[in-house]
Amino acid sequence: MISQIFILSSKGDHLIYKDFRGEESKDSISVFYEMVTALSGDQPPVVMVNYGFWGDLMSGLHFIHVRQGGLYWVASTKTNPSPFTIIEFLNRLAALTKDYCGSLSEKSVRMNFALIYELLDEMVDFGYIQTTSTDILKNFIQTEAVSSKPFSLFDLSNVGLFGAETQQSKVAPSVAASRPIMSSRGEQGGKNEIFVDVIERLSVVIGSKGVLMKADIQGEIRIKCFLPTCSEMRIGLNEELSIGKSQLKGYSSAVRVDECRFHQAVKLDEFDTFRILKVCPSQGEQTVMQYQLCDELPCAPPFQLFPSVEKDYVNRSVNLSMVLIFLKLRCDLPPKSTALNVSITVPVPKGSTSMSQELSSPDQTAELQPKNKALLWEIPRFPGGAQLSALFKVDVPGLSSASLLEVGPVSMSFELPKQTCTGLQIRFLRLSPTQTGLSQRWVRYVTHSDSYTIRI
Amino acid sequence: MPYLGSEEVVKELRRALSNPNVQADRLRYKNYITKVIRYMTQGLDVSALFMDMVKASATVDIVQKKLVYLYMCTYASDKPDLALLAVNTLRKDCADPNPMVRGLALRNMCNFRMPGMTEYIEQPIVAGLRDKASYVRRVAVLGCAKMHSLQPNTEIGRDINELEWCGLLVDLCDVFISCLDSHSDGTHSLQMKDLDSWAQSEVLTFLLRYRPRSDDELFDILSLLDAFLLSSHAHVAVATLRLFLHLASAHPTVQADALLRTSAPLLATCGAASRELRFAGLCHVQQVMRSQPGLFGTHYKRFFCGYSEPSYIKFRKMEILVELVNDENVALVLEELRSYCTDVSPELAQAAIAAIGRIARTYSEKCLDILTGLLGLKQDHITSAVIQTFRDLVWFCPQSTAAVCQTVGACVDSPQDSEGKQALLWLLGEHGDQISSAPYVMEGYIDGLKTELSSAVKMELLTAAVKMFLCRPAETQDMLGRLLHYCIEEESDVCVRDRALLYYRLLQRGVEETRKVVTGPKSDPSMSVLTGRQEEPISDTDVTLSSPDDAEEEISLSLGPPLSHETFEKMWLDLETLHRQTLGFPRPRAAPDTLQAALQLVKIQTLAFTPGDTVPWKAYIYTRSTETLILAELLQGDQQAPGSDESLVVSVKQQPVNQHAIRGFVSVLKSVLQTLNVDTL
Repeated sequence: MISQIFILSSKGDHLIYKDFRGEESKDSISVFYEMVTALSGDQPPVVMVNYGFWGDLMSGLHFIHVRQGGLYWVASTKTNPSPFTIIEFLNRLAALTKDYCGSLSEKSVRMNFALIYELLDEMVDFGYIQTTSTDILKNFIQTEAVSSKPFSLFDLSNVGLFGAETQQSKVAPSVAASRPIMSSRGEQGGKNEIFVDVIERLSVVIGSKGVLMKADIQGEIRIKCFLPTCSEMRIGLNEELSIGKSQLKGYSSAVRVDECRFHQAVKLDEFDTFRILKVCPSQGEQTVMQYQLCDELPCAPPFQLFPSVEKDYVNRSVNLSMVLIFLKLRCDLPPKSTALNVSITVPVPKGSTSMSQELSSPDQTAELQPKNKALLWEIPRFPGGAQLSALFKVDVPGLSSASLLEVGPVSMSFELPKQTCTGLQIRFLRLSPTQTGLSQRWVRYVTHSDSYTIRI
Repeated sequence: MPYLGSEEVVKELRRALSNPNVQADRLRYKNYITKVIRYMTQGLDVSALFMDMVKASATVDIVQKKLVYLYMCTYASDKPDLALLAVNTLRKDCADPNPMVRGLALRNMCNFRMPGMTEYIEQPIVAGLRDKASYVRRVAVLGCAKMHSLQPNTEIGRDINELEWCGLLVDLCDVFISCLDSHSDGTHSLQMKDLDSWAQSEVLTFLLRYRPRSDDELFDILSLLDAFLLSSHAHVAVATLRLFLHLASAHPTVQADALLRTSAPLLATCGAASRELRFAGLCHVQQVMRSQPGLFGTHYKRFFCGYSEPSYIKFRKMEILVELVNDENVALVLEELRSYCTDVSPELAQAAIAAIGRIARTYSEKCLDILTGLLGLKQDHITSAVIQTFRDLVWFCPQSTAAVCQTVGACVDSPQDSEGKQALLWLLGEHGDQISSAPYVMEGYIDGLKTELSSAVKMELLTAAVKMFLCRPAETQDMLGRLLHYCIEEESDVCVRDRALLYYRLLQRGVEETRKVVTGPKSDPSMSVLTGRQEEPISDTDVTLSSPDDAEEEISLSLGPPLSHETFEKMWLDLETLHRQTLGFPRPRAAPDTLQAALQLVKIQTLAFTPGDTVPWKAYIYTRSTETLILAELLQGDQQAPGSDESLVVSVKQQPVNQHAIRGFVSVLKSVLQTLNVDTL
């Protein structure tokens, strides 16, 4: 049972506070904020107030928080509920807030606090979670969302959501999906859109000799629906999709996932034979399918790195020495596709003072971050099949041969728009013929690097 | 926090709210109300505006109504007399033709937490229970719960018959459905599929209270719930698992099977997009591994840290990696841990080094290579952590001493922080005979004594120097003399001075006498009682699983003043048995004094036990924990006590009662006795 729910800004300002059971006073907010900021670094999401430390008043009080949009979403409880329930609820609350307010930030929460109170009022009563479904909630929510998006030139030139480029006609503009779902009632109405996103998160470890040591893909199909009412929608996946290790087919073109799980509203009667998901999307965002693939990538990993690290003495007498790091990075994507926002972090020896670099094109940047003992190399666009190289000279006074061991492992982050690593595709997206009104359907693919590590 | 000039703000708002011009303009009026709520959220006390806000509740605008009600609920307990004025408006709203308004009013009226409220809300609740709109009925049922918590002995709805209740509850699809179910004739009409996931997990939690009457019924329930073990909502899957573990506590195979089947969803949450969910998943994996250590061994790659993960996840993952190491994966796990040792964050690097040290207890050779390599990096925090790891390793695993000593001897630079210095000094003192350079390293410390700040390091240095003197007198005598002189004559810290005096006088008594006192065993095998992790039976897991505690609080036992036999007997007869448990293994066959010593080691005092192989075998023990006294009886082979012919039965009495302490006590007791059993076999 949830005792209180509150939302704090990162500076500790109270944005939302609602007490459901009257078990605790409002002081618990400051107790929580003190506990969470007392130590440096991130705090685990479950915090318990020590017995006796805050007096008997707060003994046995648990705080469970998630951080989203730079805010603390906190629930306090005196009973002993499953942390999963509360964490998933708080995540859902944040997702709903995002659906209703368009985006998730301190500003949007501040501007829409009445709406969030209204949501909370219907979602939780006396500490019991009532409902989180948009279909039910929309009947009760009366407040109009205040959109906090000011007009700015920056938005127009910005690369799109997930890095997709706006110029290309096939891709939905980035801001399209980040608007409040309810605003269609107002002047903006008429935009009946459905977005179906296939999002994969890639987590890879490549060993020192280029051997793939670990590869995991966590994927999901997410629907964001702006239609006020939507009848059944059919989503067709690749017909050759096979699930589980046992079902491996003879030819190699099969798209395979280890395991998949579906939203409980998804009807699967045609899934086994035709790989068709049937779902009635409710307004807002929801995940209809989650899948994962472990230890095996159907394609080569998107990036290969060929590093060489050498020690070089500039002047042996004053012990001025430097490390030469030569990186050759190859993108193994098909030539038509591109990786965006590629950033490469290379740890450097402690005590590195300065760095000079030779990069192959002017849009790339590189900088030394002495605080993190790392150098950061950023490449905004990386076409498939290309190979880029860079030479970094890092000055390290008092270098020893063991210091070279500190260089590595290299970690990368990037986005691959219009690309799935499992090869999962959406063949078609059909709304039932009874659906009135013109609706636009968008399918977007993107792969994120969750963690991409290459050892040297 | 009170804002500066809060009174001004309140005055300003009151003026605005009572201004007829503002009241006439609906939008402006609403804006001011929004402002009041905003201040309220920020922590400003705006309770002075209560009257104005009550007036504002009489409106057709639902949004405004909601805001005003929120205000009233917050301040009702501060202003009970004014709140009563609002009750009339609310009761009027309870009869509004719009069901949304009815529900809203009823819900908020029940939220007024003030004495004497029950008489006003009872009638609207009863009316609400019969409302034709399901929304209002739902609110009314929760209203009953709220009223119950306001005034625990009220009875609501006496005049509503059972059939109506059923309708209400099914309609409510909430917690009470299972309550009803378990009281009815056992036909489990659990329509769980139709509930949403929140209600599902609520029902599953509620079912924990239910005791099945027979095994048949138990298995009926379990097979009904089976599908939920694989629910796509992690919280439902875990709640089901918890229920399975709880219900099937007498069937370990069923429990093991349930754990096996949930391992897939648990692993999936460990890779979830939300890092909070990941953390919860990892904590649960850790719990499960206590009873099923082999379950995740093949999935070790899932617990490799991603570089962008927050540190609390990385720490958990490292702990898990240490636990699931086996012959197949040890090489890769070590390689992975090795790459964390040079992490930017010193805490993380140290934790990784300590993790390698833990693995070294089983796979010493590989780990020692890595640790020695790390010393070559010449970084203070790494060197210090490696030395500390060496110290712990030598203690737990004496066979690695030679290799460690060789490395320490070859290591040129010394740790800079006090923890690391202490560890190095301990190693030098304890194993000075095997490290050839030991006296010279120590001499460096003695020469730099004046600049040393930490008294803990000085004390360690004293002990180490005395120990070293005992094994290598010729090289050490001079520096020990200087050290003792400095510490006795010039040191300002009393503890250090006392320690030095102690050693000085001890040495005056002669070397042999000193040796007897100073050198103990190099390692203590009985420590395994404290460090070796026993395989816990699964039934213990369900107590801790799903509890949001970061980690179950460690219970600390202490001996305290001894009890006389008479006092014990009197208390034993006076107190009620609070806890009785079959431990599931026979009594340890160890010699009586071994048993007594082992129990004493974990701060449990033995009062008396029957000798040898007499049947029934009994033992009386006691211990103290935070302000409570725990008395216990161990029994085996008694005809009267069920289940005691094969295994020990423990009965616990306590004064004052503290269930948490009992749980801790029983688990400590179990691990001691189990270890003794293993040792004597």
